[in-house]
Amino acid sequence: MSGADSKAAGGALKEAAVAALITLALCTPIIMFRTDSDVNTGQLELTWRPLAVLIFMALAFFGRLAMLTWGLRPARAKAAPRVGAPTGVAAFFSYVIGPIGLIFLFVYPAVVVWYLGPGGALKWVDSYGIQILIYVMLGWGLNIVVGLAGLLDLGYVAFYAVGAYAYTLLAINFGLSFWICLPIAGILAACWGMILGFPVLRLRGDYLAIVTLAFGEIIRTILVNWTAFSGGTAGISSIPKITFFGLRFADVDDGFDAYFGMDYSPIHGKLFLYYVILGLALITNLASLRLRRLPIGRAWEALREDEIACRSLGINTTNTKLTAFALGAFFGGLAGSFFAVRQGFISPESFTFNESATILAIVVLGGMGSQIGVALAAITLIGGFEMLRELDFIHSLWFDLEIGVGFVVFMAAGLLSHRWLTAALAGLLALLLAHIVLAQGLANVFQVYAPPVYAMQQSVVAFLNAQLPWLYNYQLDFDPTQYRGLIFGFAMVVMMVVRPRGFVSTRSPSIYLTRRTAVAGDLVKEGHG
Amino acid sequence: MDNFIQQLINGLTLGSIYGLIAIGYSMVYGIIGMINFAHGDVFMLSAFIALIVFLFLTKMMGLGFLPLALVIVLLAGMALTSVWNWTIERLAYRPLRGSFRLAPLISAIGMSTFLSNFVQVTQGPRNKPIAPMFAEIVNIHLGDHLISLQYRQIVIVAVTVTMLVIFWWLVQRTSLGRAQRACEQDRKMAALIGVDVDRTISITFIMGAALAAVAGSMYVLQYGVVSFSDGFLPGVKAFTAAVLGGIGSLPGAVIGGLMIGLIETLWQMIPTEGVPEYKDVAAFSILAITLIFMPSGLLGRPEIEKV
Repeated sequence: MSGADSKAAGGALKEAAVAALITLALCTPIIMFRTDSDVNTGQLELTWRPLAVLIFMALAFFGRLAMLTWGLRPARAKAAPRVGAPTGVAAFFSYVIGPIGLIFLFVYPAVVVWYLGPGGALKWVDSYGIQILIYVMLGWGLNIVVGLAGLLDLGYVAFYAVGAYAYTLLAINFGLSFWICLPIAGILAACWGMILGFPVLRLRGDYLAIVTLAFGEIIRTILVNWTAFSGGTAGISSIPKITFFGLRFADVDDGFDAYFGMDYSPIHGKLFLYYVILGLALITNLASLRLRRLPIGRAWEALREDEIACRSLGINTTNTKLTAFALGAFFGGLAGSFFAVRQGFISPESFTFNESATILAIVVLGGMGSQIGVALAAITLIGGFEMLRELDFIHSLWFDLEIGVGFVVFMAAGLLSHRWLTAALAGLLALLLAHIVLAQGLANVFQVYAPPVYAMQQSVVAFLNAQLPWLYNYQLDFDPTQYRGLIFGFAMVVMMVVRPRGFVSTRSPSIYLTRRTAVAGDLVKEGHG
Repeated sequence: MDNFIQQLINGLTLGSIYGLIAIGYSMVYGIIGMINFAHGDVFMLSAFIALIVFLFLTKMMGLGFLPLALVIVLLAGMALTSVWNWTIERLAYRPLRGSFRLAPLISAIGMSTFLSNFVQVTQGPRNKPIAPMFAEIVNIHLGDHLISLQYRQIVIVAVTVTMLVIFWWLVQRTSLGRAQRACEQDRKMAALIGVDVDRTISITFIMGAALAAVAGSMYVLQYGVVSFSDGFLPGVKAFTAAVLGGIGSLPGAVIGGLMIGLIETLWQMIPTEGVPEYKDVAAFSILAITLIFMPSGLLGRPEIEKV
């Protein structure tokens, strides 16, 4: 190794050490000690968990070292989007994924029912299918406001709430059916959108965001406190269920199943709900796709890119913003009344700022303005976390430790070999070994098929328990749903830093020049005057 | 009448906490024109740091002398929260300079979600109560009115005033403050005449965090309980205070904070049934109304949009 190299390596080591020290400072109180109420006295007690801090420090140290060694630096965000029609693989992808996704969504419930039977499919249709589609619809609705018109709406959940309460109150007090209430709920939400939008849309982008946030919270506080109107925090239960041309999905003589001569099964109702929300979501999608090509849609996109230029070209910015706002609210209201009819119970708890932030995260991570991206983000974020909840092994004490071991080996191997592939293989291998050594789940298998391995594993675990009793204190109570907000927030930040325009979206405008022409700016640059 | 004066004092206590947080919003907005949405959660984090440091000192170290504990909590809280905010700025906001208009705000919203969930995951979702401190009561006779002051209210107001004086001196009388004000006026020009803009912005975040940390410690002292979701409402209210006082203006932030604190406590005195519960609506409405009708606030400069 030459002198310069070793000097550079020393510098990198020093910087990595600084990163580790900063991590130590960050972790010192909040991770090092956990506060818990004592069961007997009710007083707060501190628990000590240094291993977690060490792991975070190691991550920071090796992470920084790897960044320096491999020359990875967080790129400065580039403002200029790629303009023009997508080409090559991207074009093929964008043409094909839409239809494939659509077909998949239509056959998904049928496949699930066929494969798992009516009973087993219930969960997959309900908590995966319907749940995700509600978020897809909300994402598409908010995408009109944020992605197309470039207005950051932090109170979107207010319109969702308006829709939900509109249906609930109309159905309970006036006995109206879901199908009559649905458009009313949407229109009511749109009216609210206009009422709120009218005064605030003059504001600049970030002020607008804060005011919409304030309105969202005002509506929620009113729902909480106006008990006579909304039932307060207790919410409203026993909301009338959805009907199929007047036929109820219930085990009664005049129900849907009996009318068509089928045995009663709860899956029928769920399947119907699934196709209803699929239809609603597709309407939202279609509306925004078509609107994008109308003058109003072009005005939205122009507004997003440059408001001042828009104004100087004679576009009425207030009306343009208002239509986007009202339309987004309309679809939010539709989704809200569907939410109420599906859930059968609503309370202000479902309409907190966190919900707005989740929908916004879906839109941001999907790439603002990209329909496919938003759908994929909703599926990944909402479905992914539902899935994680089911993976039991994640709850084990050792899981984080295994990941930590795998990561450290990955980094170390990478640093030695300067190759991603070797590093990844070594890391995976380490992860696997750590899993074999530490995982309790595999212990039973070893006990039967490989007694020596079992004995070895047990002695390692016993040794760790005896030598490092504080290991137990380190556990961060792994419940994946708790990590949802954590990962959403983190992903939003990373997204803004790395790919502010989204992973999927190339943010191609709906109209563009097909061939290069010299425009005024170029001519000036080249000295034509 | 007694009750009114009592509430006035409570309002001032609450208002000083809001004011301290509001300065963080105002300074950051002044210098980089960004609403630091995560600032409320930085405040919440600092309250947790203060709580943990306090428990560490009293339970693990056996420190029994409360005033000394308070000083150490304040200093440690300020230092550690500053490291947090410095890191946040480095990782989440600095790479975004020159990105599109809403990028820093979205990043800050993500950071806010991250921080509150981070605290929830590492510290658990429950409320964290501690035994009340400095709860002794001083009775003051004003004419024929009896006013009860708690020691901690005196402590809070005293600490706030001290911090504000130090801070005022930093901004007005040091080269650091001069660099800050220069960046506020024109970042590019400041860079041309040799001001290290990145460093100045970092220091702004550090100062904001230090004041938020003071607010966090005072919050724990006053209410004796903190939870991971406590960043949101005080954050929005402090932002309201900053807007009301004129965002970018530091005295404005303090005045706005005191006003919001007073409005909130006095609102709860309205005897009509059902009205006191809407104190949050009152704060949010003030935010909306100020932004719509008086965007430059009480002491702020009107904003000129340059093309």
